[in-house]
Amino acid sequence: MKNKIRLFFLVIFLSFCFIIFLKGLDNSNIYTPRISEQKKLPIFQAKSFNSDIYIKSEKIFEKNSFYIVNIWASWCIPCRREHPLLMKLSKNKSVKLIGLNYKDNINNAKKFINELGNPYFQILIDKYGTLAVEFGAYGVPETFLINQDKIIVKKFVGPINQQIIDEIKLIIK
Amino acid sequence: MKIIKIILIIFLSLYFSQLKSDEKNNELENKILKNIRCLICQGQSVYDSESDFASSIKLVVNKKINDGIQEEQIYDFLKKKYGVWIVYEPELNKNTYILWFLPLLLFCVGGAIIYKKIKKI
Repeated sequence: MKNKIRLFFLVIFLSFCFIIFLKGLDNSNIYTPRISEQKKLPIFQAKSFNSDIYIKSEKIFEKNSFYIVNIWASWCIPCRREHPLLMKLSKNKSVKLIGLNYKDNINNAKKFINELGNPYFQILIDKYGTLAVEFGAYGVPETFLINQDKIIVKKFVGPINQQIIDEIKLIIK
Repeated sequence: MKIIKIILIIFLSLYFSQLKSDEKNNELENKILKNIRCLICQGQSVYDSESDFASSIKLVVNKKINDGIQEEQIYDFLKKKYGVWIVYEPELNKNTYILWFLPLLLFCVGGAIIYKKIKKI
């Protein structure tokens, strides 16, 4: 009888371990960023793209306006792909686009803008990628939607597409 | 001559204390970087990785250490930006109780069984 009880508990325990490991197999071990988390806009200071002036974030992001922060670089191929959509979005009066030029050569970045157009209200330089860390980004392109209360309400990893544009438009309506 | 010797001693002691503090900061920086996961290169720590993401994180950590920010505060900053997954060592919370306490429980149960067996003999 005692042995049967032991065997019963052993089977229960092994089944428990088996289920835990089996469930663990389903979990991806590749990092997937959280895109729905709402975070406060970081306070920072960055060099302007068009001049040598350093601008404080408080001066860029005013209250009662939606902002889009787009991290881009001239060497980034997907950035080139999403650029026409950003150009279209820049025509929308309810939102201001801020570009964050990530680890780029300034001359190449200027060529990129001259060639494809400038959708940005303001471009900031992030030469070493440390500003992108403040936003919680880990690559290019990445886009953040900031609401009137200076809260990052949406984060889009990778190039934006028409579906994302529609989603943004719905939020800023 | 005596004054020169004194100045030299003061200068050298200041110089070496600076070196020691740099060494201490480097050790702390390496320790932190080894405990941070590179989020775009699977299975590598930021310390081991040469990716763009890792190099930016290295700069941020270095700046924070030089600003005198404590190790735990640096981890908190990164967790706030990227989530708890960025740190290799999981923190103790309701989601990780089993992870932290199950080995301890198994160890105690196993120990008790062994103790009982030995006592019988």
